[in-house]
Amino acid sequence: MTEKKNQYLRDWETTELQKSLDRFPERKEKFYCHGGRPVERIALPETIDTQYTENQGVPGRFPYTRGVQPTMYRGRFWTMRQYAGFSTAAESNKRYRYLLDKGQTGLSVAFDLPTQIGYDSDDPISLGEVGKVGVAIDTLADMEVLFDKIPLDKISTSMTINSPAMVLLAMYIVVAEKQGVSADKIRGTIQNDILKEYVARGTYIFPPKPSLRLITNIFQWCSGNAPLFNTISISGYHIREAGSTASQEVAFTLANGITYVQTALDAGLELDVFARRLAFFFNASSNLLEEVAKFRAARRLWARIMKDRFKSQNPASMMLRFHTQTAGSSLTAQQVDNNIVRVTIQALAAVLGGTQSLHTNSRDEALSLPTEDSVQTALRTQQIIAHESGVPDSVDPLGGSYYIEQLTDKIEEEAVSLIEQIDKSGGVVAAIETGFIQGQIEDAAYQYQTEIERKERIIVGVNKFQVDEETKVPVLRVDPAIEDEQVQGLTRLKAERDQERLQNALEQLEIAARSESNLMDPVIAAVREYGSLGEICGVLRRVFGEYQARW
Amino acid sequence: MKTGDLLDRLQNGEPRAIARAISLVEDQSELAGAILQGLDKNRLDQALVVGITGPPGVGKSTLTSKLIRQLRLEKVRVGIIAVDPSSPLTGGAILGDRIRMMDHALDPDVVVRSMATRGRLGGLCASAGAAVRVMAGGGCQVILIETVGIGQSEMDIVGLADLTIMVLAPGFGDDIQAMKAGILEVADLLVINKTDLQGGEKLVLDLSTLFSSHEEKERRIIKTIAHEDQGVGVLLQRIYEHADILRENGTFLQKRKRAFELETIDWVLELLRDRAQNLIAKKESIDRDPRLAATNIMRELIAEDLK
Amino acid sequence: MNTRGKLRVLIGKPGLDGHDRGAKFIARALRDAGFEVIYTGIRRTPDQIAAAAVQEDVAAVGLSSMSGAHLKLFPAVVKALANAGGPDIPVLGGGVIPDEDIVLLKEQGIASIFTPGTPVAAIIEAFTQACEQHLSGRVE
Repeated sequence: MTEKKNQYLRDWETTELQKSLDRFPERKEKFYCHGGRPVERIALPETIDTQYTENQGVPGRFPYTRGVQPTMYRGRFWTMRQYAGFSTAAESNKRYRYLLDKGQTGLSVAFDLPTQIGYDSDDPISLGEVGKVGVAIDTLADMEVLFDKIPLDKISTSMTINSPAMVLLAMYIVVAEKQGVSADKIRGTIQNDILKEYVARGTYIFPPKPSLRLITNIFQWCSGNAPLFNTISISGYHIREAGSTASQEVAFTLANGITYVQTALDAGLELDVFARRLAFFFNASSNLLEEVAKFRAARRLWARIMKDRFKSQNPASMMLRFHTQTAGSSLTAQQVDNNIVRVTIQALAAVLGGTQSLHTNSRDEALSLPTEDSVQTALRTQQIIAHESGVPDSVDPLGGSYYIEQLTDKIEEEAVSLIEQIDKSGGVVAAIETGFIQGQIEDAAYQYQTEIERKERIIVGVNKFQVDEETKVPVLRVDPAIEDEQVQGLTRLKAERDQERLQNALEQLEIAARSESNLMDPVIAAVREYGSLGEICGVLRRVFGEYQARW
Repeated sequence: MKTGDLLDRLQNGEPRAIARAISLVEDQSELAGAILQGLDKNRLDQALVVGITGPPGVGKSTLTSKLIRQLRLEKVRVGIIAVDPSSPLTGGAILGDRIRMMDHALDPDVVVRSMATRGRLGGLCASAGAAVRVMAGGGCQVILIETVGIGQSEMDIVGLADLTIMVLAPGFGDDIQAMKAGILEVADLLVINKTDLQGGEKLVLDLSTLFSSHEEKERRIIKTIAHEDQGVGVLLQRIYEHADILRENGTFLQKRKRAFELETIDWVLELLRDRAQNLIAKKESIDRDPRLAATNIMRELIAEDLK
Repeated sequence: MNTRGKLRVLIGKPGLDGHDRGAKFIARALRDAGFEVIYTGIRRTPDQIAAAAVQEDVAAVGLSSMSGAHLKLFPAVVKALANAGGPDIPVLGGGVIPDEDIVLLKEQGIASIFTPGTPVAAIIEAFTQACEQHLSGRVE
């Protein structure tokens, strides 16, 4: 070992690493292969130069290319967090308890579309959609059922909710409170990322300006009252699912991140207070090496943005922590068992890329909601990578590969160039209005699909190696009666509430919405009176108006 | 053939009949002539045709949508012709203006028709002109023609309008500089949209220099923030006022005459194209002089008609 | 039908689901096959889609739904078209649709159903046929 390398390593070991080990010891005393050969914690090149220290460095140190923590999975595995939720709160509650029982370490709640767009189940526009892609939540009563017998001080909960995130968060807080758990103890994440809804996912309600206000209100309220809660999960996942390239995924996600940071700063929030609660969410596709490079590039670029652009002083603000989900759009309805293999490759990419938590898709998700059996296999896939593959025992094991490092540089460069274009056009909101971002994604999606049609890109079982299939996978369906039941339950509840107190709470909310004040407390008050999601969002729709898509 | 029936339904303003009639004319069905001749001419004379143009991204669609709402408050039946470019390679087109007009989708008195340019030689003025006539015949009192972009074919379509609005916004400096000199040849009214954005006032000031008098400038520049509904009522008022001025000073009739010429020339070419094509395919060898060949074909066509 | 006539179709997304990657791809593929495609955007009601289809005088309507709401939404569009004065306009649909639902949808008047993995050439062919059949049956 050269003297310089030795010194560099020792310096890290005595600072970042030691600090981390003091707080969180590693999983094992010693890591070794079969036969006894020890596994290196981190492999470094023989020559340490500034090129290396500035671009790669060591894990847990700026620019975090090699990981945000010094020991990564030697300390603790990623959180295995399966996204689930369907039909009613009671059914979903059962599934959550099943998953926790099977060794899952965090919950991830999927809501149905009416909930995601702020409509009650009895709204005519909800026809046919109630309980379909997730659980239907109309009022606090549904939320109480959803988390029945699940101790909210022990688990962390991720909720995929955006435009009405404030309302669902308020419900979660009140449910916790009723369990005797105060807001400062709850852990979890709300997605709360509106900008990508305008370009990729479609569950927007309000125009960008008031939407950004709601987000900033949440940042502000939580930094005082629920400091352990991640207040946003800035998501590239859906941008990628909509058909973007890997570089576009990084660029548009980080550009959205920049917008949230800037908006919060403009509202007078303290950078290094809220920035550490920003989380990210990426896609893991099948192009293993490109994906690994993508995660590394995103981490480095965000660190640079926080340091250079926003002048952050706190390393915690510069660390890009992210959740990953394997690519739903890569699953095929043909030969569904092949999907298990796809998911394995994708999950491996996420782990090699240093994810903090992971959802692995189930084999049958291209057909319908996953059955319990396939959910178990999906979870087992993560457990096999964790316990059998050996990948988690050395930090950033692909770091230093010529190919990976080159690809990391390339993706960062391409992302920087796209972010510059967005900046030049007046920022993300302007780029959404002119359709620039949507156009970029659409072009990439079209090109990709055309390649498949021309068989320039092979999808096994779809455009090559097809078989005649008769074998049917059991399909899990949502019982159509659930919609009626949900509506009846809501009607009953609406009749039983204290109307006067509720009306008063909704009026207070409207007054607050018309002023500049933080909306979190009035929303919590309305939720407490069992005001429904549709009623609360209805007040906000009246005040803020609704976003009209243009592309 | 039941042209009479279609015309009756058209006269009654039935959306399907209006839609069918436009297609029949656009596709050059043999019924086209009978339809166009059967339209209520008074309605056409009374209708006001407004062109809306400007570079992409200035907020034209939002403005158009708000203008429709304003017109609907006054119970005016509105027709909208939204023009998008055809792909030069395949002739296909994606017509996306509907996305921005969904607010009015269920209002039977808002008649929207998306139209593709179908290439420069496709007789767009003829088709769009026919659509204007059919919409007017179907009871639309104000007809808006919205184009994307500021290219030549867009300018030609705008030539069909009685009155043209050019929409501009801060942040489109290059586009605006490039066309500044020609703006007033096209535009009757200038709408500066998104005046809340940085550079809004500067743009207003900059464009003010185009007008010779203060009064003219005040009347013909309108500031809007369309997405907040600001200035749209004023815009409609100015549209009506300007139409009155044009009517009084005779420009209105001149414009209609010019539109008539545009459409007619387009129709001449349209009506000749297929027949000429057939003759060329049959006779002409590529060795010959194309101009001479054309002269011969013209002679033959005339001879055919005289027979 | 004059040869100069273009096939006009409308692609719509009924319901609340915002996953429009498939719908947009089909819209572009149809454009590249020479169609004029009216695209409505996401989150439309069956009535809105039907009204637009009638005003635009399209020869076929294509629907996409990825949220599992197709059994309610696709037939609702067929019904809305009939109410809006376009009972003769054929409706085609695509999305994550199990085999047993395809039968049900066809019974309720959906002309063709496409599932993930249907080659785009087959989709274009189905639209072409639906349009031509519709146009040949038209009387003015």
